Amino acid sequence: MSKTITIDPVTRIEGHSKITIQLNDQGQVDEARFHVTQFRGFEKFTEGRPYYEMPGITARICGICPISHLLASAKACDDLLGVRIPAAADRARRILHMGQTVQSHALSFFHLSAPDILLGMDADPAKRHVLGLAQAHPEIAKEGIWLRMFGQQVIEWLAGRRIHPAWVVPGGVATPLTAEVRDKILEGIPRAIEITQRALELWHGVLGEFKEEVATFGNFPTHFLSLTAPDGGLDLYDGNLRLRDAQRGIVADQLDPTAYDEHIGEAVEPWSYLKMPFYRPQGYPEGIYRVGPLARLNNADHCGTELADKELAEFRKLSANGGAVLSSFHYHYARLIEILYCLETARELLNHPDCLDTNVRAVAQPSRREGVGVAEAPRGTLIHHYRINDGGQIAWANLIIATGHNNMAMNRGITQAAKKFVHGDRIEEGALNRVEAVIRCYDPCLSCSTHALGQMTLRLQLLDSNGNVLDEKARA
Amino acid sequence: MKDETILITLNGKTVTATRDETILDVAWANGVDIPRLCHLKGLTSVGACRLCLVEVAGVPRLLAACVTRVTDGMEVTTDSPRLQSHRKMIVELLFAERNHICAFCVSSGDCELQDLAQKLGITHIRYPYRFPVEEVDATHSRFVHDPNRCVLCTRCVRACGEVEGARTWNVKNRSILSRVMTDLDQPWGDSLTCTSCGKCVQACPTGALAEKGRATGENTKTPGLFPRLTSMRGTRD
Ligand code: SF4
Ligand code: SF4
Ligand code: FES
Repeated sequence: MSKTITIDPVTRIEGHSKITIQLNDQGQVDEARFHVTQFRGFEKFTEGRPYYEMPGITARICGICPISHLLASAKACDDLLGVRIPAAADRARRILHMGQTVQSHALSFFHLSAPDILLGMDADPAKRHVLGLAQAHPEIAKEGIWLRMFGQQVIEWLAGRRIHPAWVVPGGVATPLTAEVRDKILEGIPRAIEITQRALELWHGVLGEFKEEVATFGNFPTHFLSLTAPDGGLDLYDGNLRLRDAQRGIVADQLDPTAYDEHIGEAVEPWSYLKMPFYRPQGYPEGIYRVGPLARLNNADHCGTELADKELAEFRKLSANGGAVLSSFHYHYARLIEILYCLETARELLNHPDCLDTNVRAVAQPSRREGVGVAEAPRGTLIHHYRINDGGQIAWANLIIATGHNNMAMNRGITQAAKKFVHGDRIEEGALNRVEAVIRCYDPCLSCSTHALGQMTLRLQLLDSNGNVLDEKARA
Repeated sequence: MKDETILITLNGKTVTATRDETILDVAWANGVDIPRLCHLKGLTSVGACRLCLVEVAGVPRLLAACVTRVTDGMEVTTDSPRLQSHRKMIVELLFAERNHICAFCVSSGDCELQDLAQKLGITHIRYPYRFPVEEVDATHSRFVHDPNRCVLCTRCVRACGEVEGARTWNVKNRSILSRVMTDLDQPWGDSLTCTSCGKCVQACPTGALAEKGRATGENTKTPGLFPRLTSMRGTRD
């Protein structure tokens, strides 16, 4: 008998995330929790596979940032091989990563968050999505779509395929950059920069209207974790781990990312499948930290490119007395600055005199049993850690994804927003939007964050102190 | 006489052939493509996969073109709805039998099974997947054997035995449990007979045998090497 198994995308989204808001005996918000039923089967599934299949396999974890997994995985494989990849391969991988970051950040900002930001948090949910944006601000919507497409095209031109390309391989990249591709990317960069600058102007223009959101969208002290270049500058592809505290003081610096597990622990809570990473020396839950664009800009001493550095100086002014920027609302701002940085950096790399060098792959056999690869995915630090047997088969794998790092901060963020916006035993539309928008600040890489293009895809439950459901909201 | 010229009808067209040729040979010579998997030019034919089935007028059952010799006046049809449906079924069963995840397979884009599925327009598998648990053998220093992707064509067995003469590969077990094995089911890396020539890898139509270190889609092969090798050393009788 044949059997048809249907995976219903709606139930998948349902299963993916739910927020519960817990009231205390006095009927006030006690705590909000973001529940994730995340598929962690990948690590188990990869056991026994040859190590060099890992970039291809893990790139399928996520359809939104496959390149980040591809890169972190290839870097873990480089580590297994014990090679330093050729300089041209390093540049090529970076350009690919820039394309990925631009498209991912553009999606997050223009498609998912701009409707909230430009149409307002209280706007009619039926219009508060990218199509509504296209009606109200056709230019911005069009430009946002173009920018994302440009990022995707960079990936496609370089790697041959937009999603799941196999161009990044252990030891480097499969084929060198061609003059044609270089010129095509260079041609698009000026327009992409203009679009980003216009979006930044807009952002500065409306920011004043979001004082409450800035104050309550995950605005609390935490540490910030990211890679930084050896000189302390922004780096999305490589470097060492840095941790700053809420005052922007350096807590730890230039930590070897391959020794991440000495610094990062993973706690488990019974109500979430997503582990809770924390900074070991401070323990759980005090060691809470955030990753991603906000963390990277708080951490970096400079971007190293002209336009991005100018904006970074503005970004710094957001916090009084030189501390870190704490409000998760500014993840949006940080994303725009990073887009600028990516475009400027890509231009530099493409203008490098040895840009078309054909030496792009180091061929070797594994020389180590254990390898770690770390990269800054659009959403934050991504760690791949493998152990192999003599034949090169995966004996054990551990993956820490960006959404995982931010898990604790997301919970704290929605608790803060719920305390401010949820009153009584009902969930009002405006409260729902805001709690949901907090999650969107972190741009979690769950399919729910993109599938419905900014529509409600989370389920919100209001529970009394005895755990009874008082109200439940979800938009179809 | 083996090389006597005869006439047969191939899809309604009269063509010449010699008595020692198979239907597949004649079709090939006349530019007619018959799907096949276990057959590989340069190796003996075993008629195992049944993909090359054709209709012969006057014969009620279907015949495997790779092992059926032509006879004078034979009327052969190489494509029909009936044949299509059989071929589809065979390929679907091959997919259902093991774990083929083309998305990250080293052979994706250069795989005979994948090609067949595409050519036959297979978009889904009507049979329940068996999801067998198969251990990858990565003990050899240069090659990997991944039974998840094996179609049991035995091309590796024949390439190794007939061309290299090492006889490292063989088939163990029966029926659905059949698997190819190296030596007496020892890890490939421990094999005393394997000469590491790589012919089995070149003969394998899928990603079941691959060179180590190839990334997704990089395991391209040259099965066309076998007719050259065998003709250079004279045919085996
Ligand atoms: S062997 Fe062929 S059909 Fe099987 S997974 Fe690999 S590419 Fe796909
Ligand atoms: S390993 Fe390859 S050549 Fe050998 S039987 Fe399996 S599919 Fe055929
Ligand atoms: S090719 Fe004829 S039976 Fe396989």
